[in-house]
Amino acid sequence: MTRPRRASRGDALFQTSVMLVAASVLMLIWLLMASLIMDASMSIERFGVSFLTSTTWDPNKELFTALPFVFGTLVTSGIAIAIGVPLSIGIAICLSELAPGWLREPLAFLVELLAAVPSVIYGLWAMYTLRPMLVQHAEPALAAVFGWTPFFEGTAFGIDKLAAGVILAVMIIPTVASVSKETMMAVPNSQREAALSLGATKYETTKIAVLSYARSGIFGAAILGLGRAIGETMAVTMTIGNSNTISWSLLDPGQTMASVIANNWGEADGLFLSALIEIGVVLFFVALLVNVLARVMVGRFMKAVPMTGGGL
Amino acid sequence: MTSYNARKLKSQAAALLALGCVLVALIPLASILYEVVSRGLPAVDWAFLTERTKSSGQPGSGIGNAILGTVLLVGWGSLIGLPMGILTGIYISEYGNNWFGRTVRFFNDILGNFPSIVIGLLAYSLVVTVVGFSMISGAVALGIIMVPLVASTTEEALRMVPNSLREASLALGVPRWKTVLKIMLSNARSGLVTGALLAVARIAGETAPLILTAFGNSFWETGLFEPVSALPLVIFRNAMSPYADLQQQAWGAAFVLIMMVLALNIVVRLLTRLRFKSMSKKKVVSKIWLQRLRPST
Repeated sequence: MTRPRRASRGDALFQTSVMLVAASVLMLIWLLMASLIMDASMSIERFGVSFLTSTTWDPNKELFTALPFVFGTLVTSGIAIAIGVPLSIGIAICLSELAPGWLREPLAFLVELLAAVPSVIYGLWAMYTLRPMLVQHAEPALAAVFGWTPFFEGTAFGIDKLAAGVILAVMIIPTVASVSKETMMAVPNSQREAALSLGATKYETTKIAVLSYARSGIFGAAILGLGRAIGETMAVTMTIGNSNTISWSLLDPGQTMASVIANNWGEADGLFLSALIEIGVVLFFVALLVNVLARVMVGRFMKAVPMTGGGL
Repeated sequence: MTSYNARKLKSQAAALLALGCVLVALIPLASILYEVVSRGLPAVDWAFLTERTKSSGQPGSGIGNAILGTVLLVGWGSLIGLPMGILTGIYISEYGNNWFGRTVRFFNDILGNFPSIVIGLLAYSLVVTVVGFSMISGAVALGIIMVPLVASTTEEALRMVPNSLREASLALGVPRWKTVLKIMLSNARSGLVTGALLAVARIAGETAPLILTAFGNSFWETGLFEPVSALPLVIFRNAMSPYADLQQQAWGAAFVLIMMVLALNIVVRLLTRLRFKSMSKKKVVSKIWLQRLRPST
């Protein structure tokens, strides 16, 4: 009679202790929110709502705002999504549907390696290799064709929102491509077989059976990529040119929420520091929203995939 | 209706386009590797690897203290992140079949995709405000970044262990905690190792949280409560400097860092291939997701 009791006591002890550690993950998120808001309280009290609406950022006059940086974050992540997501979907289709079997694994490995490169090295590469290419070829061409719009006026300098957006596009590719590939692979084979048996070609099968079936999963993958682009710091800090004003032209320098924190850290104190942390609070909530949305969408898709009859 | 040949041609064109997407994505990777090797390798010699960083123009400057700093930061970070991550993974996989387990898993996934600079802010307000810019604050930041990565790979590795092993152990009267620690963990060993290595590779290149916490130092510093240098910090600060010799050092440091990270990734790849040899990739992907989302199975 004593043995089972002792065993169950050990079980209870072990279960409780791992549960406490697991609970610390939830604690971390709560702690993150609480400590950020506390440290930002000086700035929150001073500026209130105007922190999100004012356009003037002037540390010398102690005027702070998040708006130019929210704007910069939206613009650069927008460029990243516009370039990166179509490419990633193409990659996912190639790796899950079209490429010959022997080629899939090595190509997938190479694409995954893109995620292994540290972001500071992306930044270094962008400063010394991407920038001359943009200045000499891409930006003059864009300015010549679209120069009449407000989005491409100004001089091609290579340290601007476009450069940051392009490097972000490269950096989100591995995330978006691998999650889209997973959702495409989860599509039951019966869907493909049905299309093929009706005489569809491989391309048509992909379009009818795979892409339309996996649509919501791919959308979730794109949002996951958006989450990465929003929070990415180093590569953006090194390429965006650090200008604290709002400008619509992609060829003008800008600043994102993450880069303004990284750029001014160490010099800031008092109200300035508190304002930087409040920008961190804004970034926290944006990242939380985007990531919850992405996780819910991918999770819901994966749950909806039938377990039987699909070659799983 | 277009003819069969036209449709077939369209299909082949689409396949080429998709392959083109892969190639376009690989151009930056190839270019980064080429640039880092061709610009960084000439900077690397014995003195570069063993001397401490000095300001521009001084002879005999190196990145030895930054290499040491990165190794120490990653070591201390792993000491915090690995146990927490593995225990969280055990909970989610073995005891997480309830609302609390699903909540932890959900927020673990969220934390895993969180911007690292926000984690840096957390470590700043928890540690730096108490002891100042220091190695310990950097290690806390890196450790927190590790937890969700290690937890989810641990969970996946445990789910890959056949259920029959767990049942056999329990049927022999082995208590559940012992089953988990002795049977499950030892069978999931290679998965745990790959997860740990990937997490180490990831935090070795983290920069933003270190700017907020470890801050950097040009001297040999090993104290837990002193600012410490790290490879990513050297790359960032020197790349932004106007001096050619410092920029050259940034490339040299980038070469050392990328070699460390790539070596870890390739080891992981080889281990993973051995582990999944018997199972098709498709089955692995589906199995992981289905088991994560369907607690009843």
